[in-house]
Amino acid sequence: MGNRTLLKALCGTVAACLMSFIGVGMSHADEVTKVGFVYVGPVGDHGWTFRHDAGRKAVEAEFGDKVKTTYVESVNEGADAERVIRKLASSGHDLVFTTSFGFMNATAKVAKQFPKVKFEHATGYKRADNLSTYAARFYEGRAVIGNIAGHLTKTGIVGYVGSFPIPEVVRGINAFTIAMRKVNPNAVVKVVWVNSWYDPGTEGDAAKALIDQGADIIAQHTDSPAPLQVAEQRGVHGFGQASDMSAFAPKAQLTAIVDNWDSYYRDRTRAVMDGTWKSTDTWGGIASGMVEIAPYGDAVPDDVRADADAVAKAISTGELHPFQGPIVNQAGETVVPEGTTLSDEELLGMNWYVEGVQGELPK
Amino acid sequence: MNFDLYLPTLLTIITAATPLVFAAMGELVTEKSGVLNLGVEGMMLTGAVTGFAAVVVTDSAILGCLAAMAAGMLTALIFAFLVLGLQASQVATGLALTLFGIGLSALLGQDMVGIAYAGLPKLQLPIVSDLPVLGPLLFHHDALVYLSFVLPAAVAWFLYRTRAGLILRAVGDSHDAAHAIGYPVIAIRYMATLFGGAMSGLAGAYLSLSYSTMWVENMSAGRGWIALALVVFATWRPWRVMFGAYLFGGITILQLYAQAFGIAVPSQFMTMLPYLATIVVLVVISRDESRIRQNAPACIGKPFHPSA
Repeated sequence: MGNRTLLKALCGTVAACLMSFIGVGMSHADEVTKVGFVYVGPVGDHGWTFRHDAGRKAVEAEFGDKVKTTYVESVNEGADAERVIRKLASSGHDLVFTTSFGFMNATAKVAKQFPKVKFEHATGYKRADNLSTYAARFYEGRAVIGNIAGHLTKTGIVGYVGSFPIPEVVRGINAFTIAMRKVNPNAVVKVVWVNSWYDPGTEGDAAKALIDQGADIIAQHTDSPAPLQVAEQRGVHGFGQASDMSAFAPKAQLTAIVDNWDSYYRDRTRAVMDGTWKSTDTWGGIASGMVEIAPYGDAVPDDVRADADAVAKAISTGELHPFQGPIVNQAGETVVPEGTTLSDEELLGMNWYVEGVQGELPK
Repeated sequence: MNFDLYLPTLLTIITAATPLVFAAMGELVTEKSGVLNLGVEGMMLTGAVTGFAAVVVTDSAILGCLAAMAAGMLTALIFAFLVLGLQASQVATGLALTLFGIGLSALLGQDMVGIAYAGLPKLQLPIVSDLPVLGPLLFHHDALVYLSFVLPAAVAWFLYRTRAGLILRAVGDSHDAAHAIGYPVIAIRYMATLFGGAMSGLAGAYLSLSYSTMWVENMSAGRGWIALALVVFATWRPWRVMFGAYLFGGITILQLYAQAFGIAVPSQFMTMLPYLATIVVLVVISRDESRIRQNAPACIGKPFHPSA
């Protein structure tokens, strides 16, 4: 019997720990604004989730005692997401950020049930009176690194480690390829899909497969530093994803596209405090500061830096659009004639490759 | 695929299969003693972070591997105490151990994120490393890969050719009978569980010190679960477990190389293929029911009361 009592006590402790882990706090006095964050990966991924968590910390730094932030990390995009979001909504949070595309339906559903709580969903398209969407035009950053890759590839083959064949990722591949071929018309992009946002081992293996087949520059749209690290070990180059990953690949990293959510999260939290929050749809790029280019690595010569800076500047001033015509698809047809530019709607639904990407896009 | 690609492809397959071999061999011995430890993933992660931390602090690859094994054993000891000492449910405790390991490793690894490590040194062996083809394929690896080559042989020899292995299998097949003869059932299960923990820890060390030489949270990405499944689908036979690990690793890597080569198969299907093929092949080669019954530890997952 002694054992059983001990077990019960253990179970109780474990349950209590879990509850506090999920962030089920008692409701607080009203002057404290509670902001919740739902992450798809671990905060220590050094990539996507890491940057969102940096934004959360920026909110805490800005408002101090007036806010209380909660986060739940590594939330599965399946049914579990709805439970976690509801838990945050029902435990007194005023504002909840859900930071992965796969949380869209769960966020929309919970938002309907909690009309007083404000929700913000990253990279989705479903909105409501209390549900905003926000995303960054990462393809602008991809155009800048594509320019660098075009200048620096010697084999003319650039490897691209993809996560899932969704428009967001396809758009990045296309923006990268278009910019690359502007400076190096013969270079091609080979894509390997790992069908995961985060699996360091397999991401690294994908990079090995690409390097073994001639790629001397590795770009990635997965969240861990593993592909870049493989590039370092194999003596080729690559680009960091979501955050500056030079610590993992001091020689290999040419630069990185850095997500910066800090000011957006601060502004939206302030709007909730002021009572001025409205449902919006934000899609910020280089100009808004949401997309940053990390300091260049030593392997990027001065003329290339100057050209990449010029591309970034032209994009931020609106002088250059990464998807302005003429754009040719894989079949060689001109899909965007000279003088026109793809609209945001067309970009959001992009499901075709431009010329210069090898292989077929998985449907 | 052109010929130049065979060697790099095979090398990548070896590195992908190695962590699975360690974790599955450890779990095989644990399960053969009648204990089902579902905490492999948690023990791997704890081993990965501890091994990485030890290397960062001491700069010694050997200490790193030993620390990873010790960390795996320590987490296995918690599990063993709960299920063997307190008779808690093995399934529930094993699942809890995985959750615990994920959280604990993230906590311990907070300061380890972003530190670079060059990777375990590659050991060149005399004569064999200079052999054409086989040399670069099999004998240009780090010590852990060599160990993974001999581990299945050692486990098979121990289980089927030694008295201690016979006793361990007896404990797994009928703890009551083994107890009646006078064997210390609980002590033997403790040791088998600790061995499983040590091997999972070593698998973790391979992840953070060789496969991807860094620490990032949750870096095992489900490999512990694959190791668990391999043991069952290989019907608890060491060589088949190794074969399954290489089959799984092999197809995972082949589909990546095929994609880079431009072979037009839906990548979602390619990603599913390793799981599907491994299960189908292992089930087909092991479909003889009497052999399964002969190899499956009859007492797996059942609690043992010495008084009974």
